[in-house]
Amino acid sequence: MGHDERDQPGGIDRRGALHCMVWAGTGVLWGLSGGVPRSLGMVGEAMAAEPSGFTFLQLSDSHVGFDKPANPNALGTLQEAVTRIGTLQKKPEFLIHTGDISHLSKPKEFDDADQVIGGAGLQVHYVPGEHDLLDDEVGKAYLDRYGRGSKGAGWYSFDSHGVHFIGLVNVVNLKAGGLGNLGDEQLEWLEDDLRGKSASTPIVVFAHIPLWLVYQDWGWGTEDGAKALSYLKRFGSVTVLNGHIHQIIQKVEGNVVFHTAMSTAFPQPAPGTAPSAGPMKVPDDQLRKVLGTTSIEVRHGSKHLALTDMPLAAS
Amino acid sequence: MSFLFPRRAAAGVALALLVGLGAARAAPQPVTIKIDNFTFSPAEITVPAGTTVTWTNGDDIPHTVVATDKSFRSKALDTGDSFTTTLAKPGTFQYFCSLHPHMTGRITVTP
Repeated sequence: MGHDERDQPGGIDRRGALHCMVWAGTGVLWGLSGGVPRSLGMVGEAMAAEPSGFTFLQLSDSHVGFDKPANPNALGTLQEAVTRIGTLQKKPEFLIHTGDISHLSKPKEFDDADQVIGGAGLQVHYVPGEHDLLDDEVGKAYLDRYGRGSKGAGWYSFDSHGVHFIGLVNVVNLKAGGLGNLGDEQLEWLEDDLRGKSASTPIVVFAHIPLWLVYQDWGWGTEDGAKALSYLKRFGSVTVLNGHIHQIIQKVEGNVVFHTAMSTAFPQPAPGTAPSAGPMKVPDDQLRKVLGTTSIEVRHGSKHLALTDMPLAAS
Repeated sequence: MSFLFPRRAAAGVALALLVGLGAARAAPQPVTIKIDNFTFSPAEITVPAGTTVTWTNGDDIPHTVVATDKSFRSKALDTGDSFTTTLAKPGTFQYFCSLHPHMTGRITVTP
């Protein structure tokens, strides 16, 4: 697949797109063409296509401190992911981390994560996962370490290369029987943050739990996510990046592209394919095919960002 | 070491008293609730007032046990960790895992 093909809109029909979605779980890479997700091929091929514009990289669900059979060395696989960042043809401008940095919010887990992620030598924009708020003061440890300049439980926005980035927190004050939760205070802040922004400003929203409903029975969604998305409707290019579910799932709805990243620690089952979510043990030689990061390229003159999932090992 | 013995003896007397009281009041049997596969099991129980309930997490992911009326709340329970509370008051107590709120349970405490 040549680089030129990627820029042609509508180059794939719905059936083809669905076919790609079947592949997604097995670690095939993704790009976007005219708003429709499509497979880009293997790592080498995708990386050989010379990127234009600027790129940033998403890390998610490092779970540093996790040592169960699904991956006895989560710090080691995080290190592998960070090492691979250094080998990319085009260096990302910065990293975003979509939460569950640590497994149990222990100081040593955060210390270890910081040391390894710091090895990339890039600025990191964090949002917390529920595993990062397990200290006695429910999130103080996270905010002390990562929350500088943020509001509330750690939400914030910033601009880079003409793109408006918004980091949201949907893992606090969760209600019994419910899903992820943003809360009124954060929603008001979001509405205010977007006020006055031109509809042509590309928007990237990142948060831990998917903002769209992936699977109700496992709580994979955000109770008031639809309200947040209603504020984003008028924008021509919105990319929503999440973690939490430890697997790639992508969908496109209007101008909004939703994408979840792989974990760097352990995979979780596809929705409804197991008795519950939670760490999934795969054969040792398969683990690195289902762990990885996502590279996001903002291409000049293109409405959509190019998302490339990069497993730690090629299939 | 000599002063330890009387203490132990005193503790023994206290324990005997407690056992005696328990027998007189027929203390309710303690109850255990397992957490496996993101599920409280059993999810609904009915127990007499004064029952001690212990939750034990068997998952490879931490969970919490939090009453919706905030009458009890555990710390994060890692694999194998337990949380115990004694339910003194009659009533119906809904609880959930504050990390995975789709996990819910209910305890009905009878007088």
